[in-house]
Amino acid sequence: MKLRHLVERLDLGVLCGEDKLESEVNGGYVGDLLSDVMANSSKGNIWITRQSHQNIIAVASLREHAAIILALGKKPDDDTIEKATREGIPVLATDRPGFEIAGQVYALLSNDRSFRAGTES
Amino acid sequence: MNRAYEKTFSVEGDNFDNAGTASIEIKKILKDLRIDEDVLRKTAIAVYESELNIISYARSGNITLYVDDDTINIDVEDEGPGIEDIDLAMQPGYSTATEHIRQMGFGAGMGLYNIKSCSDLFEISSTPNVGTHLKIIIKRNGR
Repeated sequence: MKLRHLVERLDLGVLCGEDKLESEVNGGYVGDLLSDVMANSSKGNIWITRQSHQNIIAVASLREHAAIILALGKKPDDDTIEKATREGIPVLATDRPGFEIAGQVYALLSNDRSFRAGTES
Repeated sequence: MNRAYEKTFSVEGDNFDNAGTASIEIKKILKDLRIDEDVLRKTAIAVYESELNIISYARSGNITLYVDDDTINIDVEDEGPGIEDIDLAMQPGYSTATEHIRQMGFGAGMGLYNIKSCSDLFEISSTPNVGTHLKIIIKRNGR
């Protein structure tokens, strides 16, 4: 599923990475522990987190995530957006909690051909 | 590949602003060398956790990447407090991270465990008050 489709359906704010919205999302991962996300998320995932400091960008870049969603109205630090722009990682924002967003992302993706529910990479 | 590739990256302790810089650069190098996707994933995890360990606990350190036809070798050497009890440090969930480190989502006690899980060969040695040395080998064709 195209990232743009998720952004529109879930009414997500696009903080950066407007030019990457045509990329494909194949699944998602929820986590605030960076080692956990590093080890268990997959390439092409959308990552839902409450962490908003710049270190999330290195994780998303190394694991080649499709985008990061900052849940519950978390505002990113300025250098987070700067780094995300440099690494080409879209950062999206919502006021709703991670549980709700994860449920909606799952529902939308589960009808999609490219969806992979597991954590295999 | 006809000749081996080698490069050393220096990492500064406590500099969380640049955390991941060496790992991202190493991943780009390996991608250019057309390393297999799964090997790339394992190497990225192992290098990232190693880099974060230096930043979180040591004064400074070096990560040396050496790639030949068969293996990816990562040597991580730091100057720092070292590890008193390596068996304990290897246990998932055990961590000596400060509150500051934990608040950023680091220090979950998964670092060394994840490095070992991603490695085909993993050796760790440490001298308290001197530093820690990791030797990591990931096979290029290994699954």
